[in-house]
Amino acid sequence: MPGFWINMGPQHPMTHGLWNMKVKIDGETITDAKPEIGYLHRGYEKIMEVREFQKNVVLTDRLCYVSSLTWSHAYCLAAEKMMGLEVPVRGQWIRVLALEIQRVASHLMWLAAYGPDLGLLTALLWALRERELWLDLLQLLTGARMNQNYPRIGGVRNDLPENFDGMCRRVITHFEGKLDEYEKLLHDSKIFHLRTLGVGRISAEDAINWGVTGPNLRACGVNVDLRRLDPYETYDELDFEAQVWKGSSAGDSYARFVCRFNEMRTSCDIILQVLEKMPTSGAYRTKEPRRAEGDGFARTEDSRGEALFYILGDGDDRPYRVKIRSPIFCSMAATPLMLRGNKLADLVAILGSIDVCVGEMDK
Amino acid sequence: MSQPLVPDLFATCKVLTGAILWVVQQILLALGAVIPPLKDLGNWLASDPVVSAVTWLVVMTVMLLWAVLINLLTMMWVERKFYSRLQDRYGIMVSIWSLPIWPFNRKDRPTHKGWGYLQNVADGMKLLQKENLTPRGADSAMFHMAPVLIASSTLMIFVALPWSSGFVVAKPDLSLLFILAAFSIAPFGILIAGWSANNKYTLVGGMRAAAQLMAYEIPLILCVIALVFTTGSLDVYEIVAQQERTLVTLGPLAIPAWNLFGPQALGAVVFAVAMMAEMERIPFDIPEAEAELVEGWTTEYSGMRFGLLFGFKWLRMIAGAGLISILYLGGWTGPVFTVVQVAGIPVPIIPEEVWFMLRVYLLSVVFIWISWSVPRIRIDQILQLGWKRLIPLSLLAILLAAGASLVGW
Repeated sequence: MPGFWINMGPQHPMTHGLWNMKVKIDGETITDAKPEIGYLHRGYEKIMEVREFQKNVVLTDRLCYVSSLTWSHAYCLAAEKMMGLEVPVRGQWIRVLALEIQRVASHLMWLAAYGPDLGLLTALLWALRERELWLDLLQLLTGARMNQNYPRIGGVRNDLPENFDGMCRRVITHFEGKLDEYEKLLHDSKIFHLRTLGVGRISAEDAINWGVTGPNLRACGVNVDLRRLDPYETYDELDFEAQVWKGSSAGDSYARFVCRFNEMRTSCDIILQVLEKMPTSGAYRTKEPRRAEGDGFARTEDSRGEALFYILGDGDDRPYRVKIRSPIFCSMAATPLMLRGNKLADLVAILGSIDVCVGEMDK
Repeated sequence: MSQPLVPDLFATCKVLTGAILWVVQQILLALGAVIPPLKDLGNWLASDPVVSAVTWLVVMTVMLLWAVLINLLTMMWVERKFYSRLQDRYGIMVSIWSLPIWPFNRKDRPTHKGWGYLQNVADGMKLLQKENLTPRGADSAMFHMAPVLIASSTLMIFVALPWSSGFVVAKPDLSLLFILAAFSIAPFGILIAGWSANNKYTLVGGMRAAAQLMAYEIPLILCVIALVFTTGSLDVYEIVAQQERTLVTLGPLAIPAWNLFGPQALGAVVFAVAMMAEMERIPFDIPEAEAELVEGWTTEYSGMRFGLLFGFKWLRMIAGAGLISILYLGGWTGPVFTVVQVAGIPVPIIPEEVWFMLRVYLLSVVFIWISWSVPRIRIDQILQLGWKRLIPLSLLAILLAAGASLVGW
């Protein structure tokens, strides 16, 4: 029986953004899949060539609308390496703090989207309820809920506000109780197990070959976390374990869910450690040069995987060439592997678990 | 034991209809002095067969307004309130204050007060104003027939579903069979709707409804067969009357002889699960499955046609909860606290209707609670659940019931 193609997108509740997943179904079984992206392509790499180094921070904020701070940070890191700048220690600590707050906020957005994907709208509202607290923290620190424009080449824009560590601790105390609540709602539910266990499996070899990174790769049992493997900022002074799936059924939606979910706990731990180890005063920014020559390469552990910036400067006050590697762009290429042979209803359970962000995927 | 508020709906309506038609007759007789044929018309209108026929229409209209205008809207309101609380929503508490005819100073309107009861009416108004689209290439006749089929079959349940021993349209002998038959028409409407809309999402949704149908209808009927071993009757009045006695007295508590307490307990649970699939509530709403199929089989409907399909799900929930309470929870029986005399007519405080609606709304809240706390299951999983779990369990319920009736329990 030939089956037929269904467009899941570009206007579809499953997509979480503007893209299209074409699936060929035979009855209820998916026999083939074809992701179609490019609806949100804005030509980032080209736009960045005509803007000055510091102004590009504003642009890179808009790469991913859920996790903007991590992207502007990755850009700043690459630019600093090109300019040979050394960020003051306190600036590095503040960056780590902001990055981890952003990571929790981003993962909460993923959790909020994953609930209704499986038909559980309650998870959406509960996760967004706690996301407000993390966004409030970001707003205190940077002045904005999204598109913060906070990292600067050579440091960060401003110092911590007053009593910021106390507020962080309060939020984390509250949030860890709520994490247990989410676990009871999703993780302990029999139907949730039915929907995710063994669904959308990808082997570790396939995942590595297709360039899947981040929590999606760690769910396959591969211990790759750039915060541990290739530490940037002050991550090497922190004591934490990357969340790697160790049980059976590696690489399925359930493993991806658990890895990403537990990463929120890890981030809370990291934030508490940062608040302890951070120097209480000092410079947080150095003056950056206006013009630069050479190349800078930086890769960071974004909320969704490995974010990479490669910047080439030719002595002008703007980059000559910029290359962005988006983790979801590569993970998306591997989705047909995960989808084939599963049921149509599993499509949302799989694509929800890899945490798509179209802004960074289409660049 | 409690008394019904409406002892006989048909007789009550017949008195009213007869009075109105008598007035018409008198007018026509007076006019008959000028135009003689009107005399005959007047006498014909007031004759008993005509009054009875008109009364049937009136009774059905009363039941329709009662079910749709009052209970459907209340149930939607209850659901929205309940899940708003469950999910910590701000939300639909403001609608009554946003009425265009709000009589007080508009600036002083508090925004987070009010009951929000009119929100559903406002949504219905909005849907009425929307355009009714028919997709290109759709089978127009079938596409337009499906909502009518679903809505009318759902209303048909309320012909035989009683709200008390008196508040009912008709009392057929096999009323339970009639209710179950009316219940199972709607999935065909879903299949027709999904097939005719010329859309791949609706097609998949309709096919899912057809595949799912067998998985829950069979255990549903098997549970009723198990029940018939105990009751020996398919008449809902008979079934409720059997549950009216007291099973056992524990101190001040008199445990009533509901079918739930006894060999039917297993059947009751299976029946409730299958009924949840019948109502298409969330763990089993796979024909709709808005995550992957946009809005499932209702995707292409717009305007009030969508409103009918959407709203009548609650009506089916009321009917399902009512059926469960009649079969297993003692229907409308309950203690009566006192009877007051209003103009010489004894009016019971907490009449049967209230006891019945209490059960219906409590059961519905349980269903709402479940459906907002679990994810949706997959089509192959509901088939497995239906065929491998529910059907064997309902067969076991039949065995239990047969054994229990053998030993005379």
